[in-house]
Amino acid sequence: MRTTIILKTASNYLLPVLLLFSIFILLRGHYLPGGGFVGGLIASIAFILHSFANGLKKTKDILLMHPGFLIPFGLSISFLSGLAPVALFDLPFMTGLWSHDPVAILGNIGSALFFDIGVYFVVVGVTLTIIFTISESA
Amino acid sequence: MTQQIILYPLFLQIAIGVILLFAWYRIGFQKIFSIFGSILSVGLAGWLFYYIWTSGTQTIQAGNWEAPFGITFVADTLSATLVLLTAISGLAVSVFSAGSVLRDRLRFGYFPIFHFLLLGLNGAFLTGDIFNLYVWFEIIIISSFVLITIGGEKAQLEGAVKYFTLNILASMIFLTAIAVLYGLTGSLNMADLAGKIAEIENRGLVEITGILFLIGFGIKAGVFPLYFWLPASYHTPPFAVSAIFGGLLTKVGVYALLRVFTLIFVGDPFLDKILMVIAILTLVSGGIGALVQNNIRKVFSYLIICHIGYMIAGLGMFTEVAIAGAVFYLIHDIIVKTNLFMLSGVVYRLKGTNSMRDLGGIYAKWPRISLLLFIPLFSLVGIPPLSGFWPKINLIKAGFSGGSYITVGAIIFASFITLVIIAKLWAEVFWKDGKELPFRKNFGYFSKMKTYKRLQFLAPVALLSIISLYIGFGAEHIQELSARIADELMNNQGYIDTVLNLKK
Repeated sequence: MRTTIILKTASNYLLPVLLLFSIFILLRGHYLPGGGFVGGLIASIAFILHSFANGLKKTKDILLMHPGFLIPFGLSISFLSGLAPVALFDLPFMTGLWSHDPVAILGNIGSALFFDIGVYFVVVGVTLTIIFTISESA
Repeated sequence: MTQQIILYPLFLQIAIGVILLFAWYRIGFQKIFSIFGSILSVGLAGWLFYYIWTSGTQTIQAGNWEAPFGITFVADTLSATLVLLTAISGLAVSVFSAGSVLRDRLRFGYFPIFHFLLLGLNGAFLTGDIFNLYVWFEIIIISSFVLITIGGEKAQLEGAVKYFTLNILASMIFLTAIAVLYGLTGSLNMADLAGKIAEIENRGLVEITGILFLIGFGIKAGVFPLYFWLPASYHTPPFAVSAIFGGLLTKVGVYALLRVFTLIFVGDPFLDKILMVIAILTLVSGGIGALVQNNIRKVFSYLIICHIGYMIAGLGMFTEVAIAGAVFYLIHDIIVKTNLFMLSGVVYRLKGTNSMRDLGGIYAKWPRISLLLFIPLFSLVGIPPLSGFWPKINLIKAGFSGGSYITVGAIIFASFITLVIIAKLWAEVFWKDGKELPFRKNFGYFSKMKTYKRLQFLAPVALLSIISLYIGFGAEHIQELSARIADELMNNQGYIDTVLNLKK
């Protein structure tokens, strides 16, 4: 695939910026529009753009592991966040647990945040697995 | 709070699924872990069943939001029984999969998806929220799409296309029905809906909503005239997959029908009449369909449809005896249908084909295996005292006392036709002199297998046969269980009070 030098240079800077933006979207998701799903999509767009500009192989080198591995990783974070109230306080599954004092920048941290983080990883894993598989076989 | 037990089967299946996803490439580990996890889940489901049996219907509010606003999980005796049966069938199929499914298929995540399918089934049985039921149905069909297409043979994909077009359609109709129901009442909690639907003046609208649910669940359960996807797809995937599909997937549709039409749309004469007509046509058309098939798995597919008719008939008659019969049949059918599809897998490995015309001579060559396979086949027919016999007594009794003689006729006709089909199958496959079939070089014939591999084929069949025998010979216990379930379903106030916490 032929790519312009502009896209190639830009994508190197866009990757960290988009990833940062995706984390911002992920964190604001509890009270405002956003959240794990959209954040995950933005993060995967960052990697897809990088792969368009620099080729699949280089993006895979950045990722260090197969994106499919993120699926069970994210699932287990989400599952454990739901399981925490059952295991720790004997409350029903998925009861929201919240910290008493707000943390700087993040605000109150609760089990819902970890659920969202899990969703984020699952979305990144699924999207990248699909896109990478398609572009490999194309 | 011991009520947490309700969700333990779900937790276990998620945990197994996720751990198996981590071990994506380690097939050997996946096999062992899946079997181990399934044994554990039978234990858990048994515990849940015992707990519900001794202390009655239990609920838990997910996220600690009070009903009817949050998602409620309810375990009554019906749910607990079905969770237990799912776990038992799941164990049998897990062992059978480890032996029979080819490595090329296992490589693409067969076992994790299998456990997500079981998760969806358990969730559907335990939820008390109609929208949540839809979500579990989605988990079930997404997992089943993967299982039915895994391997990607041409015939398989053809079957899969039919399977998922109609199942997506069913989901859409189901979702539409939920939307209408929500528009009518402003609630999604099934116990809450029960009260609110009864107060609505416009009965015509309620009946139409009921029909929408009937169509949605009817496609999934495979009732007349919505069943054509079933025989077109169930004979294509690996035997283990069709075993779990045949045993459990259509039964989820039946479960949903039972739940919705005993809790939400109760005692509507119009709907009951429609259910009866559908049941009769299902019994007759499924039976006749099975009569003309040659492929063993197609015969069993049509028999699934035929026997769904018994359960729908029980629901349509809507008396306590009839519902008890339907529930008894459901219990018997899950075990025996799972077993029959595994049986067809064993037969396939013995002779290398599933065509009745070419098969034969199995009894002469493998008499002990034939005797083992005799049990599920004739349990299905219900030669007393085997398990298929007892629920029909209930159904026929209810038919006579309700004066619905056509239904009784259809039930007897379907039993008779099942007997004919199974007798023909027994004669063709087991008794007839075997033809010399062309030897297939790379085929894993049963005679070439190692002992532990043979055991993986026969042990699950034996396990389910023993349970079938128990259902037959211990019919008293199952009858007591189904009578209790029917009592709970017919007098649904207990369920409603428990969910909405009205019991003081």
